Amino acid sequence: GPGDLLAYETQYKPTGICHCPFVHVVRKDEDIYSPILRKLFNESHHIFVGLQNMKDDVPSKNKKHQYVTHVSKNYRSVIRACMEELQRVAASDIIPRWFECMFIRQVSILLAVELIWNLCEVLFIEAAPAGSLLLHLLDWVRLHKADVDEKAQEVLQSECPAEHQAYWDVPGGTQTLTEFDVKWRRWHQECDRCLQDNSFASHPHLELICKILVGDEDTLLEQREHLSTWYHFLVTRLLYCHPTVKPTELHYYAQASMDMFLDGRSAPEPLDSILLAAFEFDIHQVIKDCSIALNNWWFVAHLTDLLDHCKLLQSHNLHFGSNLREFLLLEYASGLFTHHSLWQLAVDYFDHCPEFGRVYLELQIERVPLDTERKALKVLRICEQRQMAEQVRSICKIMAKKALRNNRLGSALSWSIRAKDAAFATLISERFLQDYCTHGTFSDLDLIDNLGSAMLLSDRLTFLGKYREFHKLYAEKQFAEAARLLLSLMTAKIAPRSFWMTLLTDALPLLEQKQVIFSADQTYELMHCLEELTTGKVAPETELSMQEDNIEATKIELLRLALARNLALAIVKEGTLEA
Amino acid sequence: MFVARSIAADHKDLIHDVSYDFHGRRMATCSSDQSVKVWDKSESGEWHCTASWKTHSGSVWRVTWAHPEFGQVLASCSFDRTAAVWEEIVGESNDKQRGQSHWIKRTTLVDSRTSVTDVKFAPKHMGLMLTTCSADGVVRIYEAPDVMNLSQWSLQHEISSKLSCSCISWNPSSSRAHPPMIAVGSDDSCVTYGGKVQIYEYNENTRKYAKAETLMTVTDPVHDLAFAPNLGRSFHVLAVATKDVRIFKLMPMRKETATSSGPTKFEVQIMAQFDHHNSQVWRVSWNITSTLLASSGDDGCVRLWKANYMDNWKCTGILKGDGSPVIGSSGQPVALSAAGGSSALASQNALNGVMAGRYFFPPLDPPWAGSRYAHLLPPPSLIEQTCESESSRSQQTLLRRRFSGPALHSLPEKEGV
Repeated sequence: GPGDLLAYETQYKPTGICHCPFVHVVRKDEDIYSPILRKLFNESHHIFVGLQNMKDDVPSKNKKHQYVTHVSKNYRSVIRACMEELQRVAASDIIPRWFECMFIRQVSILLAVELIWNLCEVLFIEAAPAGSLLLHLLDWVRLHKADVDEKAQEVLQSECPAEHQAYWDVPGGTQTLTEFDVKWRRWHQECDRCLQDNSFASHPHLELICKILVGDEDTLLEQREHLSTWYHFLVTRLLYCHPTVKPTELHYYAQASMDMFLDGRSAPEPLDSILLAAFEFDIHQVIKDCSIALNNWWFVAHLTDLLDHCKLLQSHNLHFGSNLREFLLLEYASGLFTHHSLWQLAVDYFDHCPEFGRVYLELQIERVPLDTERKALKVLRICEQRQMAEQVRSICKIMAKKALRNNRLGSALSWSIRAKDAAFATLISERFLQDYCTHGTFSDLDLIDNLGSAMLLSDRLTFLGKYREFHKLYAEKQFAEAARLLLSLMTAKIAPRSFWMTLLTDALPLLEQKQVIFSADQTYELMHCLEELTTGKVAPETELSMQEDNIEATKIELLRLALARNLALAIVKEGTLEA
Repeated sequence: MFVARSIAADHKDLIHDVSYDFHGRRMATCSSDQSVKVWDKSESGEWHCTASWKTHSGSVWRVTWAHPEFGQVLASCSFDRTAAVWEEIVGESNDKQRGQSHWIKRTTLVDSRTSVTDVKFAPKHMGLMLTTCSADGVVRIYEAPDVMNLSQWSLQHEISSKLSCSCISWNPSSSRAHPPMIAVGSDDSCVTYGGKVQIYEYNENTRKYAKAETLMTVTDPVHDLAFAPNLGRSFHVLAVATKDVRIFKLMPMRKETATSSGPTKFEVQIMAQFDHHNSQVWRVSWNITSTLLASSGDDGCVRLWKANYMDNWKCTGILKGDGSPVIGSSGQPVALSAAGGSSALASQNALNGVMAGRYFFPPLDPPWAGSRYAHLLPPPSLIEQTCESESSRSQQTLLRRRFSGPALHSLPEKEGV
C-alpha cells in the first residue's frame, strides 16, 4: 500500500521517574528505497507506458497476441536482471552481513514472482493449447529448478537414446495431436509390456528408468529429492503419462500432484496455492493471493494490467476487471509517490487510470515537498501539461510566499506572476518600491525589466515596471522620453499618490539640466501635481513629524524653484523664433 | 513491512497531539507541559527539534498547521481557555546555523469561557479561517481578512452545539456542489441528547451555519472525527472515533427546486464499524487519498483500515506496542521498553521470516533449510484480508498508547503552575 508516514505519540503516566515520551514515525513499504529495485521500477515503468500506447497501433489479433507475449517476456527479463544484480551484490563483499539477508530475501521474492509470472504467461497469455502446453510447462519447470535436476535428467536421457527418439518427436512439427497421441499410446503400451515381462529384471537401473517412463507414480515419488517441487513432479507426470494434456484438464493433475508430493509432510504454502489457482485458470484468485502474499503492489499491478490488455479479465467473468486493474495501479502508484524521485514514474500510471487517476494525481502532487526551485518547476510542468490550474496556482503561491519570507523579492514576484496572483504581486511591488525609497536602488532589475505583458497583472506592478522604464530611459539619456513617461505616471494615475513626492524629486535632475526638457505645458502639469500634493496638509503634531515636515518643506521649496525656473526657460524657448 | 523511528520528544509531560505539516516534512507536538515543539525532517530522514516554546498557561490539547499558502503558521488550543496563532519568522543567520527558528505569537483568541478542546484551519479555498470548539459546546469560526496580517482575526460565527465539544473536522471538498461543512463531535457523557456528532453547513442565503444532520446512532462520547478527502464523489465520508471505529457515508439528497433555503438533507449510512480495539478509540486519521484510515485506541494499538475495490472495509495492519499494559505501567520500566523497542527492531527483522524455504534457493547456494526470509508474511495488503493474524504481531513497531481518561476536562491539571 501507499507508504504513508504515520506519526503518533506514546503517552503513559510518568510514575515518579521522569520518563521522556516518545514520538514514533512509522513508514510502510521500505522496498521503494532499495537502490537495485529502483531499476525494476524504472524499467517496468517504461514497459508499462509502451503497453498502454500500443492499443490502437496494432491491427491484427495475431499481431496483438505476439506483442503482448513479447511485453510479458520483457517484464520477466527485467525481473531476472534485477534478481541477478541482487544476487551479485549479495555474493560480493560490498555489503555488510546483516544487509545480505535483505538482499537474499529480495531475491527469493523475485524468484517467486518470476515463477508465477512465467506460469501465467504460459497459461493465460500464450494460452498454449494441448500439445504445446506441455512443452511450455517443461520449459517453465526447467527454467526454475536447480542445476542438480538437470544433470539427473541428462543422465536419465542418455541411457536409452533409441527408445526416446520417437518420443521426442512432439506434435506441432510434422504431425497432428491425434497422430502423436496414437503413437505415444503404442509406445507407452510397449514400455508397460516390458515391465510386466520383467525384461529388465536383471538391470534394476534400467527397470527404474522404464518405470519412470511409464509414469509410475510411486517410482516418481521416490525420486522426490531430484524433483524438489510438486509442480516439477506434476510436469514430469504429465510428460510421462499425459503429454497431450489439455489446459482444462490441468487442475485435476495439479491438485493431485500436489497432494501426492506433499503427502501431509508439509502444509501447502502461499506460493503453492497461487500456482494451483493458476493451473485452475482462476486469475482472480491468483491476483488475490499474490496481493496478500507479496508486500509490494508492483507485481499484481503490472500483471493485472497486462492481463487486462489481453482482455482476459473480462473473459474470466471478472466484470469488475478493469476496476481491479485500476485499483491495483492506483495503489502501486500511490506508493511510488512517497519516494523523492520515483514519484515521477507514478504520474504516468495515474494518467492511465481513467476513473480516479486524475484526482489521485491532483491530491498527491500538491503534497510533493518543494525543496528546490528545480523540483517545484518539475512539479509545475506536470500540472500545467494536465491543465491542473488550481494545483499550479497553489504551488506558485507556496513558492512565492516562501521567497517573500526569505526576502527574495524577485523570486517572489516571478512566482506570483506565474500564480496570476494580483494581490500578492501588488504586495511585492510595494516592497520593491519601499526598498527603492530606502536604498535608492532596485534589486532584481532583470526581472522587472523583462516583465512584458505580465506587468498588467496588477496596477502596482504596472507602475513598478513603468517606473523602472523611466530609470532606464534616463540612464540612456533619452531625457525627453523619460520626462514624458514620468509625467504620465502621475497624470494617468498609475503611480500611487504616496509615491508622487519621489517622482517629483526624480524630476529635479531633469529640471536642472542645461537644456529645457519639460515643455511649458508639462511644467504646468508638474506644478499642478505638486499643488495637489501639498494642499490639505495637516499641521505637525510630534517632534519627529515636525522634523520630517521641515525636510518636506525644503524639498517642496526646491521643487517650486526648479519648476519656476524651468517654466521661464521653457516659455522663452517656445516663444523664440528660429533664426 | 513497517519500519519505525523513535524520537525522544523531550516534553516534560504527556503529549496530547502530533501534527504533520502539509508536505510531511515538519511536525508539531504539544503537551501538558504547556509547550509546543516543532520538528524538521532533514534530507537524511532524521527529525530535529527546531523550536520549543511555552505557548499557554495550561495543557495544550491540539496543534495544527495552516496550509503553506499562508506561510509557516501554527495554531494551538489549551485548557487555559485560549487558542493562539503562531508564525515562524526567518531568524538571524547564526540561528539558522544552529538549526533553530523562531515562532512568534500573532494573536490570542480569548472568547471561550472554558477549555478549548480543538482547533482546526478551514480548507484553504475558504481563505484563512480558524475554528475552535470548547468544553461548553461553543464552536467559533474566525477569519483573517488580510492574509498578510495574522494579528487581525474577526469572529465570524458562533455556533452553540449544546453539548460539550471534543473535536471538529472540516469537509475538505472544494467542489462548488458542496457548501462548507463542519462536523462537531461531543464527548459529553450525558445520555439525554442522542447524537454525539453534529454536522453544520454554511448557507449562502442566510450567511450562517445551520445544523444539517445529527448522527443519532453515535451515542457514546466521541473523541475524534475526520472527514475523508473527497475524490470528486457526490457523497462524503466521515470517520468517528468513539467506543469503536465508525465510518459514515453522507449522501446529500437532492433538494427540491423551489426551496434552496435550509441545509442539505443527508442520507446517512454506516459503511463500516470496527470494535477490534475493544476499548475507547481516541484518534482517527485519513491518508491523502482517503484510501487508508488509521485509528488508535486504549488497547495501545494503531490499526489501519482499507477498502478493497469492492468497497468492503477490512483491517489491513496492526501496529502494536511491546505488550505492556495500557494504564499504570508503573512497575514496568516503560521507558526502557520503549527505548528497547526501537533498538530491538533490527533484530526483530531477522526473526520475522518464516517458511517456504524450498522455493527460494538462489541457484548459487545449497538449499537452506527453512530459509528465513520469505516475506510471505501477510503484510499490509488487501483484497479481503482479515486481520486477526498472529502474524501481524510480528510486524514491528509500535507504540501508541493513550492513557485513558474520561472527558478531557477532568484531567488532573496543573493549574496555575
